[in-house]
Amino acid sequence: MTDTNTQNTNTQDTDNQAPQRTPLYQSHVDSDGKLVDFSGWELPINYGSQIEEHEAVRTDAGMFDVSHMVVADIKGADSKAWLQKLLANDVNKLKVVGKALYSPMLNEQGGVIDDLIVYLTNSDETEYRIVSNAATRDKDMAQFNKVADGFDITVTERPELAMLAVQGPNAVEKLAQAKPRWADTLSGLKPFVGADLTDIEGSDWFVARTGYTGEDGVEVIMHGDDAPAFFEQLKAHGIKPAGLGARDTLRMEAGMNLYGHDMDETISPYECNMGWTLALKDDRDFVGRTAMVSKRKQAKDDQTAMKQVGLLLTSRGVLREGMAVTINQGTDNEQTGIITSGTFSPSLKNSIAIARVPASLSEDDKVQIDLRGKGKFVDVRVLKLPFVRNGKQQFDS
Amino acid sequence: MSNVPAELKYIASHEWLRLEDDGTVTVGITDHAQDLLGDVVFVELPEVGANISVDEEISVVESVKAASDVYAPISGEVVAVNESLEDDPEIINSDPYGEGWFFRMKPDNMEDYEALMSADEYENEL
Repeated sequence: MTDTNTQNTNTQDTDNQAPQRTPLYQSHVDSDGKLVDFSGWELPINYGSQIEEHEAVRTDAGMFDVSHMVVADIKGADSKAWLQKLLANDVNKLKVVGKALYSPMLNEQGGVIDDLIVYLTNSDETEYRIVSNAATRDKDMAQFNKVADGFDITVTERPELAMLAVQGPNAVEKLAQAKPRWADTLSGLKPFVGADLTDIEGSDWFVARTGYTGEDGVEVIMHGDDAPAFFEQLKAHGIKPAGLGARDTLRMEAGMNLYGHDMDETISPYECNMGWTLALKDDRDFVGRTAMVSKRKQAKDDQTAMKQVGLLLTSRGVLREGMAVTINQGTDNEQTGIITSGTFSPSLKNSIAIARVPASLSEDDKVQIDLRGKGKFVDVRVLKLPFVRNGKQQFDS
Repeated sequence: MSNVPAELKYIASHEWLRLEDDGTVTVGITDHAQDLLGDVVFVELPEVGANISVDEEISVVESVKAASDVYAPISGEVVAVNESLEDDPEIINSDPYGEGWFFRMKPDNMEDYEALMSADEYENEL
C-alpha cells in the first residue's frame, strides 16, 4: 500500500520547533485523541472515528478544542474607526453588546488575508474582541499593527485563554445541564451573539452562539487553567470529544470556508462566496476596497470572473482539493475550475467538494472531474452551498 | 501500538498474507495501515480470475483522508474478493485481519510466499 499523505497536517516537524500544546493537551491524551501537527499545534485529528464524531455533532452533541485560535482584545477611543478601516464588513452594524460580525480582512490588492469574527464588548464602542485563525496569526497581527498607525487603540492578544466549541442539536441543552448557572443566559442567547459570564462563572468566561458546523451550538472561552475540568464536565454530560477530521467534514457540509484552502491572499471575497460579508453601501474607506471593486469589474468585463459552488459526486470516489473541474469537456466551450476543498460527507454518504469555477457556469454546462488523473471523467452535480444545515440535506436528491 | 499477528506474513507496504488449508493465500492491509488511513469509505477490488504480477497496483483504498494504492504482494491468480467491503468498507478499520480481508489468490510460486517477512520483521520496520 502507498504511504498516505494526510491533508492539512504534517507528521514531520518542519519548523525545527516542537509543536505547541493547548491547555487541553492532556485531556486529549486521556480521551485517546490521535494527535497530529496542525499549523504548529498538537491537536487530535480524531478520538477513534472521525465519522462517528461527525455523526454525534449532527444528531446529538460534540465538542472541539479550538484553543489554538487567536483571541485579541481591542481597546481605545479609535477602536471602532480602526475596525472600520481594517475590515471589509462594517462594525457599525454591531448595535448590542455581545453581537458578532463575520468579515474578511483584505490586503491592498483586495485579496483575503484572513476571515475572522469580531464582537462588540462594551456599549461605548471602544472595546471589541477579535477571534481569528491560528495559521494566519503572524500576518494578522502584522496587519492589525500596520493599520493601527495613527489610531488610538491597543491590541492585546490573549494566549492564556482556551476555547471549546460545543456543537449539535443537543449541545446547548447538555451544556445547561453541566452548568445550571448558565441556563438563563443560554436560553436568551441569540445566534451570533456572545455573553460575558464573569459575574456568573468567573473571570475570562465568555460564551457565544457561533460555530463552524451548521448546527446549533456555542463557543466557550475560558482561562486555560479552567479548561481541563470544563472538558471533563462536558464529557460527563454526554458531549462527545470530536477532532479536526470531523470539524473539516462538518464545516464542508455546512458550506463554510477554510482559510488557506477555499481562499487565500490571491482570492477576492467574490470568488469564495463572501460577497455577502462586504459592506459597500456607503463610501467607507477600508483596506483593499478600491482594488477589490475594480478587479471585479475588470474580471466581469473580460469574462475571467470566478465564483464558488458546491459539487456532489454520486458515484464511487472522493473529491479532493486540487483536482481540476472540467466543464464541457471536448467541446469548443471547454473551461476549467478547481476544487478548493473536498471530502467524503458522512451525512450525505457521498463525496462533496467546494470549488472555484467560472462565474458564467450554468445548468446547461456539463461538469466533470478526472478522479484518478487517467483521463476518465465522472459527472458531478453543481449545488448551491450549504449541503447540510441543522442536520438536513438542503437539496433535492 | 498496532496489532501484528504472529502467524501471518507481511510486506513492507503494510499488507498481510495468510496461507489457507487449500493452498490459497488471503490478503489484506495491516492494523498500522488502517490506522494511518482513518475511516475507509470505498475499496476497489481486483477482478476474480485476474492474473496479477508482484508490485502491480490491483486495488485502491479510499479513506476520508486519502486514496491509497494496494499492490500485489506476490504473483498469482485472484480466486475470490471480499464483496462485503462494497457496502461496509469500515470493516477494514474494525477488523483488518478478519472480516476486513481484501482478496484471496493462488500464488504462482509458494517460494514467493515463503520469502516474505515474518511478523517480527514487519514489526521492526514500524
